[in-house]
Amino acid sequence: MNDFINWLSQPWPWYVAGPMIGLTVPALLILGNKTFGISSSLRHVCAMCVPAGIPFFTYNWKKEMWNLLFVLGVLIGGFVATNFLANPDSIIVSEATQADLKALGVTDFGNLLPADIFSWENLFTAKGLLFFVIGGFLVGFGTRYAGGCTSGHAIMGISSLQWQSVLATVFFMIGGFLMTHVLLEPLMKLVGF
Amino acid sequence: MMKVVEKPTTIQDPHCEAPNLRKHEDKGLELLKYLILGVLFGIVFVKAEIISWFRIQEMFRLQSFHMYGVIGSAVVTGIISIQIIKRFNIKTIHGETINIPKKEFRKGQVIGGFIFGLGWALTGACPGPLFAQIGSGYTVVLVTLISALVGTWVYGKFSNKLPN
Repeated sequence: MNDFINWLSQPWPWYVAGPMIGLTVPALLILGNKTFGISSSLRHVCAMCVPAGIPFFTYNWKKEMWNLLFVLGVLIGGFVATNFLANPDSIIVSEATQADLKALGVTDFGNLLPADIFSWENLFTAKGLLFFVIGGFLVGFGTRYAGGCTSGHAIMGISSLQWQSVLATVFFMIGGFLMTHVLLEPLMKLVGF
Repeated sequence: MMKVVEKPTTIQDPHCEAPNLRKHEDKGLELLKYLILGVLFGIVFVKAEIISWFRIQEMFRLQSFHMYGVIGSAVVTGIISIQIIKRFNIKTIHGETINIPKKEFRKGQVIGGFIFGLGWALTGACPGPLFAQIGSGYTVVLVTLISALVGTWVYGKFSNKLPN
C-alpha cells in the first residue's frame, strides 16, 4: 500500500494524464449526455448570482448544476492531491525556462506556482493587478467570447472533429505565444520585477 | 396543504456551449457522480502539474513536450472514444442516444480565443486549473477566479455589441 502511495506521489507523466483527461469526454457523455466544458461554469455562476436581466445570463442554470458540481470537484481534487498525494520533491522546471524566467525576475522555482507572483502580498500591487485582476479578466472574457476554453474547444471540440474548435485552439496558442514572447517582458518590468 | 406553484423556469439557452442534453433531470444524489468525476479530474490536474504556471510557460516557450503530450493524448483519446460511441451507437446509462452539439463559426472563436490566450499565458491557468490551484492552497487565485467571473459577466453584458 505504501509503495502504491509513493508511486502515486510522483508527478504523473503526460501519457497517463492525457488519456485520463481525454476519458472525461466519453465519461460525461455516457453518464448523462453532458458536453465537457469548464469555462461554462463561470457563466452559470453569473446566471445564478448576478443575472441583472441580461439575456445572456437568463436561462435555467439549475439544469447545469452538474457543471458547477464538476468544478467544485476539481477544487476538492486539487486539495486531495496536494494534501494526500503530494510529490515530496520540488517541481523540475526545464533549464531553458528557468533561465528565461530568471531574466524576467522570477526567483522561486520550488513550487508549482512561483511565490514571486502568486502571493497575497502582491494583491494590492501592480503585480497583482496584472497577474490576478487583468489575467483573470482576460481568461473569463476571452473564453466566453470564444465559446469555450481548453476543455470545451481544444479537447471536446477537436475530439468531435469540429474545425471551429481547431480555429479557436490555434488562436488560444497565438495569444499565449504573443504574451509569452513579446508582452510579458515589458509588462513584468512595468509592474516592478 | 397549499401547493407552491413554481414560476415557469426560463428556457434552456440554445447557445450554451457545454449543455446538458439529458432529457431527464438529474436529482440529488445523481448529481454526485459529476462531483466525483471532478475530484478525479482535479487530482490529475495537480499530479501531472498541469496547474503549474511553469508548465504553461514551458509550453509557450517550446521548452518542454509535457503539455503538448497531455493535450495531444487527451484529444486522441477523445477522438477514439467518440468514434467508438458513434460506431457502436453506445447509449447513456439511462438509455438515451448520445448527442454532441455542433459548433457554429463565430468571430469570437478568433478574437475571444486570442484574448483568452493572452490571459492563459499570464495566469498560467485555463478555467479548470484555476479551481485546482485554489484547492491546492494557492488561495490568492480566488482573486483571479473572481476576475474571470467579472470578465464573463462583462462579455455577457456587451455580447450583442461585439462582432460575432
